Amino acid sequence: MTGKFSERVMRRVFLIAACASVLAVALICVFLFANGIPAMMEIGLPDFLFGQKWKPSNNLYGILPFILGSIYVTAGSVVIGVPTALLTAVFLAFYCPKRLYPILKAMINLMAGIPSVVYGFFGLVLIVPLMRQLNGKDGSTMLTASILLGIMILPTVTGVVEPALRSVPASYYEGALALGATHERSVFFVVLPAAKSGVIAGIVLGIGRSIGETMAVIMVAGNQTWMPQGILKGLRTMTANIVMEMGYAADLHREALIATGVVLFVFILIINLCVSALKRRAAYD
Amino acid sequence: MTKEMTTHNRKKGSRINQWRNHPLSALAAALVWAAALLTMAILIFLVGFIVVKGVRNLTPELFAFTYNSDNVSLMPALINTLMITLVALVIAVPLGVFAAIYLVEYAKKESRLVGLVRITAETLQGIPSIIYGLFGMLFFSTAMGWGYSLLSGAMTLVIMILPLIIRTTEEALLGVPDAYREASFGLGAGKLRTIFKVVLPTAIPGILSGVVLATGRIVGETAALLYTAGSVAKIPGSLLGSGRTLAVHMYVLSSEGLYMDQAYATAVVLLIFVLVLNGLSTLCARKLAKNS
Repeated sequence: MTGKFSERVMRRVFLIAACASVLAVALICVFLFANGIPAMMEIGLPDFLFGQKWKPSNNLYGILPFILGSIYVTAGSVVIGVPTALLTAVFLAFYCPKRLYPILKAMINLMAGIPSVVYGFFGLVLIVPLMRQLNGKDGSTMLTASILLGIMILPTVTGVVEPALRSVPASYYEGALALGATHERSVFFVVLPAAKSGVIAGIVLGIGRSIGETMAVIMVAGNQTWMPQGILKGLRTMTANIVMEMGYAADLHREALIATGVVLFVFILIINLCVSALKRRAAYD
Repeated sequence: MTKEMTTHNRKKGSRINQWRNHPLSALAAALVWAAALLTMAILIFLVGFIVVKGVRNLTPELFAFTYNSDNVSLMPALINTLMITLVALVIAVPLGVFAAIYLVEYAKKESRLVGLVRITAETLQGIPSIIYGLFGMLFFSTAMGWGYSLLSGAMTLVIMILPLIIRTTEEALLGVPDAYREASFGLGAGKLRTIFKVVLPTAIPGILSGVVLATGRIVGETAALLYTAGSVAKIPGSLLGSGRTLAVHMYVLSSEGLYMDQAYATAVVLLIFVLVLNGLSTLCARKLAKNS
């Protein structure tokens, strides 16, 4: 009898534990939206989202520069990081000598495990001075941040794309070879298209990582509050805006920062939905 | 041996011949090799650069027990990191493991709850750490009234690593053959006994590898801790006091720009953590492969 009782109690305990992540997501949504939306209303949604000036001391809270900043830096990191990541994934799946594979795999994992603050530091002490020499006066630019983020999303994208390439049936590759295609042709024109969903999921995951990255970007992007002025000029992202000013902000200023977080959160939710939809499609394929 | 060598050479020779006839294929192959070499070179250069510049700054003063502006000691941050990691794991691991047990051993595969848990866990995994930081600040620091404290920081990290623990434990549990469970039932054990005496012990390496990964995320975390655990450079008297972890310490040092040597040294310590944790997770994975 006692045995049965503990079975029932523990079943409940397991069930409650399983609900923890549901509760966490609900709490995050409630607290972010409840603290951010009133500020958006007070500032006025168009003024907040499309305002080009962020001057808390003058009661101007327009985050368009930071939205654009996040989008530009993310796009830059995709242009720089994704081709390298895809080719590296192809290397791991189709070119890598057997003996080298575990070493390379371990290195990719290590790269994924390096904290973003260490990447940021690396960018600060190495890429920023290099850019300063190339650029003349300013080393903390959109390009610097894009290069650094491109490096940071490499392991993320490679880690998703490589298994996707491997899950394509060997008969596809062999069929292409039998039709007289070279190794490269088979890989790039038959296997890669067949793994499309997985490849895109990897890229979108990289985009998510890039747009949400905070510490590394703060350390190299310059963080000016005005509208982004070009590839070789500094800019500020939404994530950077939150961290830079949260330390001393109060009242509406503080709420406007939380509202910046809400906008970022909505971006992330959309990206998440894309990833899970793509993953599901990859599973059906 | 010689036979292997000749077939190998013949294969290699035919590849080179192909490249001669198909210059675009040769170019593609070159790009693939270049990308892989570039990736490896970046990693080796990054680690090498930081280690070479940092190791000579690892002075004994850096490990003094209290921080002041003369020694810029990282010891308090190191101890805070260990405390936050411990507290976060003590809460997140049972929670995550129990959740996974429910999902794998109890719930029906198509139940609505399983779907919901899966979706929310996936959502949590994609949320960037700054959002966790904002939430932790609003919920644990403000609504719960814990202020900037190790406890607020640890609880924020619990939510952050929960999906990771759930997923790795789920995979580990699914990897345990059903024959084990059936044998245990056949010997008269109940469901609970089967789970704790048979299924969990078999799944331990998989669960551990998840815990190691989670530890890595905690050690490297900055954005989620800046406004939950705060950035005070000492060891707080209790879990309700504020304190910076190593990663936060490093961020503060490099953004102030006054103590770059010490920042290099801190980066080395962080890298050592990452290397050790990575090694441990590889070890777990190898153990897992041997078991199955």
